[in-house]
Amino acid sequence: MTDITTAAPRTAAAPPMPSALKVGLARAAIETKMFFREKDAVVFTFSFPIILLVLFGSIFSGSLKGTGLTVSQLYTAGLIGAGVMGAGFQNLGIGIATERQDGTLKRLAGTPMPRSAYFIGKILNVLVIAFLEVVILLAIGVLMYDLELPREASKWVTFGWVFVLGVSAAALLGVAASSLPRSAKSAAAVISMPFVVLQFISGVYIPFTEMPTWLINVASVFPLKWMCQGFRSVFLGDAGATLELTKSYELDRVALVLGAWLVGGLVLCLTTFRWKSRRDG
Amino acid sequence: MTHAIQVRGLTKRYGDVEAVAGLDLDIKRGEVFAILGPNGAGKSTTVEILEGYRKRDAGEVSVLGVDPGRPTREWRSRVGIVAQTMEDAPELSVRETVRHFAAYYPDPKDPDEVIAQVGLTESANKRIRQLSGGQRRRVDVALGVIGRPELLFLDEPTTGFDPEARRNFWELIEGLAHDGTTIVLTTHYLEEAETLADRVAVIARGRIVAEGDPATLGGRATAKARVNWSEGSVETDTPTKTVLELTRRYDGEVPELTVTRPTLEDIYLRLIEPS
Repeated sequence: MTDITTAAPRTAAAPPMPSALKVGLARAAIETKMFFREKDAVVFTFSFPIILLVLFGSIFSGSLKGTGLTVSQLYTAGLIGAGVMGAGFQNLGIGIATERQDGTLKRLAGTPMPRSAYFIGKILNVLVIAFLEVVILLAIGVLMYDLELPREASKWVTFGWVFVLGVSAAALLGVAASSLPRSAKSAAAVISMPFVVLQFISGVYIPFTEMPTWLINVASVFPLKWMCQGFRSVFLGDAGATLELTKSYELDRVALVLGAWLVGGLVLCLTTFRWKSRRDG
Repeated sequence: MTHAIQVRGLTKRYGDVEAVAGLDLDIKRGEVFAILGPNGAGKSTTVEILEGYRKRDAGEVSVLGVDPGRPTREWRSRVGIVAQTMEDAPELSVRETVRHFAAYYPDPKDPDEVIAQVGLTESANKRIRQLSGGQRRRVDVALGVIGRPELLFLDEPTTGFDPEARRNFWELIEGLAHDGTTIVLTTHYLEEAETLADRVAVIARGRIVAEGDPATLGGRATAKARVNWSEGSVETDTPTKTVLELTRRYDGEVPELTVTRPTLEDIYLRLIEPS
């Protein structure tokens, strides 16, 4: 564009730039370290589904007609979905909004860190958090509410893909949602409110059989309903399928909807992500 | 290539407001260059365009031979930025933070050497949360120089410092300049610019209104001196003569004698007055 911008390489044998993957792994390590040192965030992320599981499991101790399943088993599966979604959506939505305001993003944008490394770090960090959350919820389910872990390998394969697809989609949505709050202060409210509503309409707390059709249709647009459905198929087994609206876990549709959210979330992130706060223009 | 930064006719508008209005600037390699100017004069906008943070509307800009409107990773690795008010990563230690940032660069300095250079060796294992404001700023500088930059931006680096911390910080910056790093400093402290900078530029109303050696900026060296004593005050081109006369008049010590030239601040305040 101008005659004064003629690039001059520093040296003939400049060392190569570190790869995005290498920097991404370094980001994942430092993100995880930061997360576990931020005690408030750890408590906030982990405690919610755990407290609800203990609470609901204690209040509703009955069993579900004709299935041999207990209500607490149903809640365990549902809250695993909510916990995984929270680790991705809520955690990143609030966390990145804060990083946008406290200068983290601006500082990173001024370094040669590949932009993709930041997202690699976030996703890996969320996978670690979500995995721990699932382990804790399953431990509570098994120890307190007679949840039986599936023995078939195929169930764990299902668990694996529902988990990875669900966490990734939720994480990308969290990244996209982080641009909505005007400040770090308002982030918790702006992000958490819709998430709580989503949990109520997605069958985490209230069975779909008790909900009006239009609300079910709304919930079916979002990924949480499908994640929970996928997790129920793993932990409740075939007996539980009769509780589903369609008498089936519809795993093909679970994969389809979560996959669509993954792609959509990625597009949303790429088009809306801001490295600067509104204050910085 | 002798210029680290060359700017011709830089323009940036926010709506109807012309924040930068055809600004020209040359900064040589290896010099410490201070940019002064009141808030809203276009100083931050200009620096953020040079740093590759902000897009310009018009003009030609070259920073280390590259257009900062199209920053590449290679270029970013040659530029260090110490921006304003960072409150990130409070739970990491100084060493963890500096080591981590080293991983972004192709040829970083040794993290422990950088920590020693900014005077934080004894606090290297402390969490950033536990540091004082001045120490945090030193971490910012460490992160700015870890990649061995050819050019370092320092945006109001000592705001909120006590006088002693400020003087200590200046020594750090002088050390960096001594290593040959080109430094672009923005500051509200005229004394800071005078101590550190080889050259200064004053930005007002989106343009450079004066540029030069801090000792001669805006005709400072040739301006009249003021002689003050207990019973009077005179502005004169020949202060030595005046003092001699006063010495004779008082037959020895002149009570409360001072001879002053306009300070950089006096010149600065005159320059930024609305015309």
